[in-house]
Amino acid sequence: MVDFGGWDMPVQYSGILDEHRTVRERVGLFDVSHMGEIEIRGPEALHLVNYVATNNAAKLKIGQAHYSGLLYPHGGFVDDILVHKVADDHYFLCVNASNQDKDYAHIVQSNRFNATVENAGPNYAQIAVQGPRGLETLQKLTATVLAPIKYYHFTDGAVSGASARIARTGYTGEDGFEIYVAPDEAPRLWNDLMEAGKEFGIQPAGLGARNTLRLESGIALYGHEIDATISPLEAGLDWITKFDKGDFQGREALEKQKAAGITRKLCGFEMQGRGIGRDGYEIQIDGSVAGWVTSGGPSPTLNKNVGLCYLPMDKSALGQKIHVMVRNQPVDAVVTSFPSYKRAK
Amino acid sequence: MYPENFRYTKEHEWVKVEGAMATIGITHHAQSELGDIVYVDLPKVGTTVEQGKTFGSVESVKAVSDIYAPVSGEVTAINEALNTTPEKLNADPHGDAWLIKIKLSNASQVDSLMSTADYQAYLGS
Repeated sequence: MVDFGGWDMPVQYSGILDEHRTVRERVGLFDVSHMGEIEIRGPEALHLVNYVATNNAAKLKIGQAHYSGLLYPHGGFVDDILVHKVADDHYFLCVNASNQDKDYAHIVQSNRFNATVENAGPNYAQIAVQGPRGLETLQKLTATVLAPIKYYHFTDGAVSGASARIARTGYTGEDGFEIYVAPDEAPRLWNDLMEAGKEFGIQPAGLGARNTLRLESGIALYGHEIDATISPLEAGLDWITKFDKGDFQGREALEKQKAAGITRKLCGFEMQGRGIGRDGYEIQIDGSVAGWVTSGGPSPTLNKNVGLCYLPMDKSALGQKIHVMVRNQPVDAVVTSFPSYKRAK
Repeated sequence: MYPENFRYTKEHEWVKVEGAMATIGITHHAQSELGDIVYVDLPKVGTTVEQGKTFGSVESVKAVSDIYAPVSGEVTAINEALNTTPEKLNADPHGDAWLIKIKLSNASQVDSLMSTADYQAYLGS
């Protein structure tokens, strides 16, 4: 167990590689109750969400969710979040555990609308059922017909007799569901899911596999690919930045950055020499410092050492040769596209 | 679990001394804490390692861990098999998956290391 933002979290159960493969091939169960929840309600809930977050929540239908960013006025990330539209006057945000209080304060401070903001983390536990057999596992415990729920959609129902928000979302690059329940229901639900998934080869999975799965799938992790010094344009998150929706926090800074042209961008890389590029390692090109590794490690699915890094725009082309500095030794690597893993749809 | 004829360090390396030669590895406890080992970085034959100083590293999926020399000496062999099958370190850390062999430069350094009983007590504490 490790301390993770004040939560005791398991890094691994049976082993990271085993858990990783279990999620890619069968079904894994993650206790992600540390994730924060913030609820925004009221007649102007949409206005507040659209002012603090970069994506356009006006496009969401009830029962739909999307990925979005909370930005500072200077255009750097406060956090990356999921926005779920529960009702016209109710949005449910899933935020990073360690950012929850900061996000809440930020949203409250930005609330010049007829809307209320609730820091609702203590009201929810979250269990993620991820992998190709996730649907079959969860279906055994709920009357809600899961197959018609599209990716990034959700519904409220009951799982194993407990009221639950059932979202077809995840952080693994696999199909699966994230289930929000009252904390006192969570231990029983966990045990019931483990039992239901037995016939499909379910295993519990920890933070270690969560990280290798999201890295292969090219999904950002706050504090690594994004933070207060990084803008969504640099992070390749233009697709969640909707300039045509009206004003939002950080917009002006992003417009300036766009007009001036961004100078660095997030790239994928693959190690060619012996060695593993890890988080924070320096990247050199032709003997000069060029950037840094944001996340790196072995890709269990591809059996290669891969990662994500920031590089100057003019040195970010696919195939660009780079050196990752592994314990002060340059090791050959090459810029690649990411994600390095995409599931077959 | 922990061979009686080994000596151990607080950093979870083991050494087996045979005359003027010593074989060095990491302990079962070390591999268990690291988890799936995916990469091993070892020194070259002919270089010297110095007691208490790092001479290489072992990487699991999650983390990098330095390896410290239990005793000083000149490297006479490295376990090349670990370059292609680092996972052997998880399976047989006290046997097949030794890391390096050295020629001792100061045999009395061995006396400063933990006995098997001491090491097991250290793990239990």
